[in-house]
Amino acid sequence: MNGLIGAVLFLILAPIAGGLIAGIDRKITARMQGRVGPPLLQPFYDVGKLFEKENVVVTTAQNFYVLAYLVFIALSGALFFAGGDLLLIIFAFTLAHVFLVLGAYAVHSPYSHIGAERELIQVMAYEPMIILAAVGLYMVGGSFYVADIAAATVPAILYLPGVFLGFAVILTIKLRKSPFDISTSHHAHQEIVKGITTEFSGSTLGQVEIAHWYENIFLLGFVYLFFSWNPVIGVAAVAVTYVAEIFVDNVTARVRWQAALKSGWLAAAVLGLVNLAILSYMTIGGA
Amino acid sequence: MSTMAFLKRSPWILHYDASSCNGCDIEVLACLTPLYDVERFGIINTGNPKHADILLITGGINSQNRPVVRNLYEQMPEPKVVVAIGACAATGGIFRECYNIAGGVDKVIPVDVYVPGCAARPEQIIDGVVKALGILEEKREKMTGKAEIKEGARHAAEAGEGT
Ligand code: SF4
Repeated sequence: MNGLIGAVLFLILAPIAGGLIAGIDRKITARMQGRVGPPLLQPFYDVGKLFEKENVVVTTAQNFYVLAYLVFIALSGALFFAGGDLLLIIFAFTLAHVFLVLGAYAVHSPYSHIGAERELIQVMAYEPMIILAAVGLYMVGGSFYVADIAAATVPAILYLPGVFLGFAVILTIKLRKSPFDISTSHHAHQEIVKGITTEFSGSTLGQVEIAHWYENIFLLGFVYLFFSWNPVIGVAAVAVTYVAEIFVDNVTARVRWQAALKSGWLAAAVLGLVNLAILSYMTIGGA
Repeated sequence: MSTMAFLKRSPWILHYDASSCNGCDIEVLACLTPLYDVERFGIINTGNPKHADILLITGGINSQNRPVVRNLYEQMPEPKVVVAIGACAATGGIFRECYNIAGGVDKVIPVDVYVPGCAARPEQIIDGVVKALGILEEKREKMTGKAEIKEGARHAAEAGEGT
């Protein structure tokens, strides 16, 4: 029952919270660059506008794929806030991105194809680390269920500092922030046109944007899991992590896709695996 | 349908240099700098005609980029407006007599707002964009009006078929 409430709350509130966070993000980014920045509600204006525009469709298949992307992102987030199985959630989450890539490949446009290829590279770059994060949380909490992990009384972050740092690295990829915003970016509107979203316009682009809001809230929820033994610290940690991501976004330049891939895997191999190895050694030693 | 006007609050711009001297383009880009910061008005400079609402175009258009300009214009989804920036975009300016110059953007695509100057100042360009927002809003209203008429006609036709 609790799970159902969590899922429904997520489906209703996440777009609102996600849009607000995007607004705060743009404001802070502007301030970091010495600008005034757009109004706080700008992301809502943007998406509202996109739904007012004429919908130019290159192939109808792309609408279907983008809708599937939105649905599966919302589904993975809803499962997460319902306290579901972390592995199933990650599976649904990856599937969502496969739909987005298919949507971009459905159009005969070189820009869109480059964006799609880069999105696939991003998926390859972050996937190992996300799975390691799930494994780490399992080793500490003793369960793959988000509800059990969140209810744990041990501070997961103390056992998993490396995993958390590795997760922060791939969070940069997932939030589409520099230096890893290779498939599409919040800032570079001209570079290889607009990457994976080049051929989406009007309400289709609006759906991609809303999916991104859902996704961000889900990811911040994932960050919270590391600190869930104390809600106050948890929320503070999520805020600090996000501001740090904005800072990194503004002080770094975009790297090439090879570097993005290497960074993701290096984070998984060094920060993630070593952390888990030490953890398993300690727990076996203790038992 | 929707009476909320988000369009005015979120105009995304496509900037194209149709054979200008680059003077006006520098002024357009100056609008994005911290000094003028057009993002205050929700304006984003996109490189993608499919995401754009306003086409900011400089220069008098030569024979080489004539088809490009038409193509860009056609790729932009409705409602859209065109702002011609600088003397060249309005009339061809100092390049008017050249054999390859069309002599103004309106020789190739419809223009909604002309921003004078050589080069046009950033303040004037922002003024021009704000003026364009009003026209954009008018076009949107017309568009939804048209869609409603179409819808009404379709329903009427369907009702006619039913009987
Ligand atoms: S109007 Fe003047 S500054 Fe602008 S493009 Fe023409 S010649 Fe250059």
